[in-house]
Amino acid sequence: MSDVVEKTLTALPSLLALDSTQQPLSGGKLSSASKLGQLIRAITELTSKHEEEKLVKRELVSIKEQVSSPNTSMRQMKELMVRAIYCEMLGYQASFSYIHAIKLAQQGNVLEKRVGYLAVSLFLHEGHELLLLLVNTVLKDLQSTNLIEVCMALTVVSQMFPKDMIPAILPLVEEKLTHPKEIIRRKAVLALYKFYLVAPNQVQHIHNKFRKALCDKDPGVMSASLHIYLQMIQENPEPYKELTGSFVTILKQVVGGKLPLDFNYHSVPGPWLQIQLLTILALLGKNDHSTSQMMYEVLDESLQRAEMNHNITYAILYECVKAIYTIHPKTDLLEKAAKCIGNFVLSPKINLKYLGLKALTYVVQQDVNLALQHQMTIIECLDHSDDIIKRETLELLYRITNEQNVVVIVEKMLDFLQLCRDEYTVADLVGKVAELAEKYAPDNSWFVQTMNTVFTLGGDSMLPDLHNNFLRLLSDGTDSVEDTELRTLAVDSYVSLLQEDVVHTLPQPFLQVISWVLGEYSPLVEGLQTITVLRLLLRLLDMKQSSSDTRIWALAAMCKLQCGGGGGPAAAGLGGLQGPQVQGLGLLQDVCERYAASLDTVLRQKVHELQVLGLEETELRAGVLLSPPPEPLEVDSSLSFLDGFVSEALAAGAAPYKPPHQRREELTQNKVNLEPYSMSLSVSLSADGQSPSMLSVSSGLSGNSTEEPTNNRGGSGSGLKLDGVRRVWGKDGYLQSPPPPPPPGGRGEEGYLEEEVPCSPPTPPGGALGSPDSTAGGGGGPQRATLPGGDQREKQRQQLASSLFVGLGSSQSSVCLMGRSEPTPPQRFPRGGGANGQGSSTVSSNDITVDDRTDTPRHGHPAVDTPPNDPRPSHPALEDPPPTDPRRHVHPSVAPPPTDPRHTHPALDQGDLSRLQPPSDLSRLRRSDIVPLCSSGQGGGGGGGGGGAVSVSGCHVYGEDELLLLLFLSNASDAPIPHVHLDVSSSQLQVCSVSSAPLGVLQAHSVEVCQYSLVMETPAARVSLSGSVSYQPAGGELQSQSFTYDALSLADFIRPFPVTTEEYGSMWLSFSHDTRQNLSVCRDADDPLTATLTLLRDRLQLHLVDIIGSEGIATCRLLRGQPCLIHCRIHGDGLAVWLRSPVPELPDCVLYHCQRVLTQDQS
Amino acid sequence: MISFLLLFSRQGKLRLQKWFTPTPEREKKKIIRDMTALVLARKPRSCNFLHWKDLKVVYKRYASLYFCMALDDEENELLGLEVLHRYVELLDKYFGSVCELDIIFNFEKAYFILDEFLLGGEIQETSKQIVARTIEASDMLQEQDDHDNSEWYEVELFG
Repeated sequence: MSDVVEKTLTALPSLLALDSTQQPLSGGKLSSASKLGQLIRAITELTSKHEEEKLVKRELVSIKEQVSSPNTSMRQMKELMVRAIYCEMLGYQASFSYIHAIKLAQQGNVLEKRVGYLAVSLFLHEGHELLLLLVNTVLKDLQSTNLIEVCMALTVVSQMFPKDMIPAILPLVEEKLTHPKEIIRRKAVLALYKFYLVAPNQVQHIHNKFRKALCDKDPGVMSASLHIYLQMIQENPEPYKELTGSFVTILKQVVGGKLPLDFNYHSVPGPWLQIQLLTILALLGKNDHSTSQMMYEVLDESLQRAEMNHNITYAILYECVKAIYTIHPKTDLLEKAAKCIGNFVLSPKINLKYLGLKALTYVVQQDVNLALQHQMTIIECLDHSDDIIKRETLELLYRITNEQNVVVIVEKMLDFLQLCRDEYTVADLVGKVAELAEKYAPDNSWFVQTMNTVFTLGGDSMLPDLHNNFLRLLSDGTDSVEDTELRTLAVDSYVSLLQEDVVHTLPQPFLQVISWVLGEYSPLVEGLQTITVLRLLLRLLDMKQSSSDTRIWALAAMCKLQCGGGGGPAAAGLGGLQGPQVQGLGLLQDVCERYAASLDTVLRQKVHELQVLGLEETELRAGVLLSPPPEPLEVDSSLSFLDGFVSEALAAGAAPYKPPHQRREELTQNKVNLEPYSMSLSVSLSADGQSPSMLSVSSGLSGNSTEEPTNNRGGSGSGLKLDGVRRVWGKDGYLQSPPPPPPPGGRGEEGYLEEEVPCSPPTPPGGALGSPDSTAGGGGGPQRATLPGGDQREKQRQQLASSLFVGLGSSQSSVCLMGRSEPTPPQRFPRGGGANGQGSSTVSSNDITVDDRTDTPRHGHPAVDTPPNDPRPSHPALEDPPPTDPRRHVHPSVAPPPTDPRHTHPALDQGDLSRLQPPSDLSRLRRSDIVPLCSSGQGGGGGGGGGGAVSVSGCHVYGEDELLLLLFLSNASDAPIPHVHLDVSSSQLQVCSVSSAPLGVLQAHSVEVCQYSLVMETPAARVSLSGSVSYQPAGGELQSQSFTYDALSLADFIRPFPVTTEEYGSMWLSFSHDTRQNLSVCRDADDPLTATLTLLRDRLQLHLVDIIGSEGIATCRLLRGQPCLIHCRIHGDGLAVWLRSPVPELPDCVLYHCQRVLTQDQS
Repeated sequence: MISFLLLFSRQGKLRLQKWFTPTPEREKKKIIRDMTALVLARKPRSCNFLHWKDLKVVYKRYASLYFCMALDDEENELLGLEVLHRYVELLDKYFGSVCELDIIFNFEKAYFILDEFLLGGEIQETSKQIVARTIEASDMLQEQDDHDNSEWYEVELFG
């Protein structure tokens, strides 16, 4: 940075001199005359950054002195402000001047005001607290008779205005919509657009005024109103379909040259207006045949008219093409658009080529042929000298990757990555490579190699998800032969990597992955000595470049290896030390000695574990670590498996459970005298304050020390025994009375460590709920024991070679690049649930929290960033005995998730929505109407394959604590459709697939149901989901259909939040974000307040807490999120509503929906 | 929507900055640094479009000055290029064959023109005549007000 500046500084004086000879007036005179000129000149004459800093600091001090002096006139102030702006532009803070900028806008005459407003708009942002001081000035100026003052006020309002203060000026701005001057109307429309963006509910009531602006006689005002319409249509096109005709007419007029000449740009009439209208039309015509029909003619005309050879006409053409490919397809338009894309791609102008590639990327999913037509150009672009073009080409290739070309494409992408320096691009591209590799990998070794490159190139900038997904893929396999091969290949490649000299250059996250894999799977590799692996890990541990996280991972891996090796019972013998372990002993003792005094506590703890588990107490180890991995854990977060237990306890006279805040409340409210109980209470409360695991450790130890071990299950004499130890805490805190012992046969009070219990978990009480599905498990130990023999591996290798050959062949011939002649084989790594990139986040985070609490390092789901940092003891044996922690009650068979969410329905005719039914386990829940989303009978974008008739319909189901999206895929044709793949995503929601397997084949005349669970992370008034379904009918081309599901709003994500009035009161004070507004009430009712609140409750699923006199309170919460409190008071004719929540956006959104409900009710 | 507009010299010296979306100071500094580095490193005759994080960057060089702006994903890059061009035309009309020095010494004028052309990150007025007239109207007031010949204002008359 500083040398750039220095260069600038040295270069500038000559530049100045040069220019001022050409332009003596503007340069010379000003710089000598004004103080700003002096400052600028002085700065350019300096030679170092340091001197500049000194000068500007001095300047700022002098500005500061002058602005705060009472004798400074407004005119001088204006000049000072300009200088302050200049200093800020140089990168120096002049925050002292902000308040004076506001003062200048307030007190100056028109000219000074202008500079004041400018300074405000440059210095502040819309969240700045000083902006509140501007509100009055703006109010005053909006009412001024001087047009220029009104303009200035509107300009600043459209740039930034405090959100809460919008109601104060809204009427004045609205009024300006009917102002005789078009410039004022235009600015007012833009100000309202800004308000709409910031707080949509505030301008909801003036939608008809937007309509008036759209019909304004001045084209400038009309085009300003299009910003608002574009925004609203983007959110939800449905209400605006009726306007399609008007937009088409406007576009026709513009294209036909009916606008005043003022609006021409390089003799093209209203290009900005045209492009905006085209964008709007595309949104309106998307997935809508009849609306699309209205616009075919005008799109055709736009294509025809835009013939001139100028950038701006190309911009219009590009937008036209996008629109044509977005709306319902029409053959002759598509042909013209395709030709147009061709012209772009083949253009010698680099900008057009770039846009051509972008357009191709956009349309290639609908029409692969187009990419095929331009394959030679695409190949050329891959070697283009401009990286941007290359990058765009790779993006295109990414979209057309299949099993046959994946090798070539990934190679190209990796080549590009080798040279790429931009972190963001690297992270993005690396993610794409990983996705392709996972989806289409031709074989295991290629996959491992590719992932190695990905991890190496991705460095520290890549998303940790990628590492987690990779490890999950290794640990989650379903086919044991395949998986074992993958695992051994990974181990092999890592061992050879670590033996090279470049280890220290590998990124830390990659080293962590390596450590985990070696720790877990190196015993699977025949002929690989544990001591070899231990030495390699030791090298990682000792390497000075290793971060402390990496050290911990390495140490954990060593610990696993020493404690009997991973990979299942076949590799892990029971009992005493084995040969390699004896060899490793010395090495590990050395490690322990050296790191036992490490300053890193987590590291030290790991060393301690290693010492205890790996070197000393072998019996403990045999019990704790050598058991086979348990079934994959299912977490029942609602703790419903405790229901029986709780009801028994209640029947036995136990006090009902109350959450801690309620207890605290009651304690303070009822003024209970705590004294007599202080002893016991303080003891239990102190336990309460600890983390559950800590507590259980202590209780476990006490149990061990005070009671004789009587039961020797699992052959371990020193197993912790917790019989009879009183449990004093529950999930959320102290249990008021000790719960009675759990039902017999369950994971009861016997203090056995979970891992000591033999392989399958005990059958829970009432075993009717079924046993865990063994095929869903993560490759059980016994299966792994039948390790592939040499010949099986050989066979695999041959297969790999042949598929590799096909892949390589395609690199020579460009035709194969898009080759889709053969039917695509099923995905290499089925990306169901957890491994699925888009939908995985919830699952993975859940899994991780569960895993690091419950699993030994040996079979924990790895999460690169969590387990080693976990300060808790990582061995559950020491950590928490099962019965004490409800969270650890993992009953795979109690409250099972739908075992197969894809219920197959009997055949049905396409479009017969009434026959679509949600799966039986969801049928009792309330749901929305099933709406058709897309159907390939009419779509297909000219893919030409035909034959397929997949249609998608959807609805959402209101679960008690979740919102499920059900997508029905139906096949109305007579043939089964193979390779059906469904993708759903949303920018606003967390979408998580509940289905366990990819769809695969869709049988003839059948319907499959896919379930997605939706979580709204940040509240938004409206949300939409987009998705695509792709499939390949036998012998046909790959077809793909996209659809959007926009029947969702915030109202679907809120649920009642039952609280008492007292709880409400204490929460009210603790929540910081609020919104207030006056709403209308249901007038005709006797008791308007109750009527209104009941209406709101019924429509929005609120919980009515209390109604007292003219006030009422209600609550709701966002699904899996935060609550929102609503306070209503009858105020005159209206209802004053006040909402509070810990989340900033929530009150606004809830208010928006309340307002909607009430408006709908009235109309 | 436009996220920001930056004008900087061939030497990477910032001449004008306009942020249409709220951006923290530190982020602004990083963007300015990244943008100048990214754009100045481009060879002549390369593509005028770039990526920066999830924004599209459109830049163009006019004489010694680089005009650079970032657009949302759905915006049309070519149109962005024309937005820059129209701004240059507006500056040119106002200053009369504009050069970098005009913008250095009269940057507040450049901001005023920009505010009439773009508002809140969207195009407000595309007509050259109308923008020019609006600016003129405000300047006229200034002129009347400046009859007392302060040096500072005198200079502006040459604009």
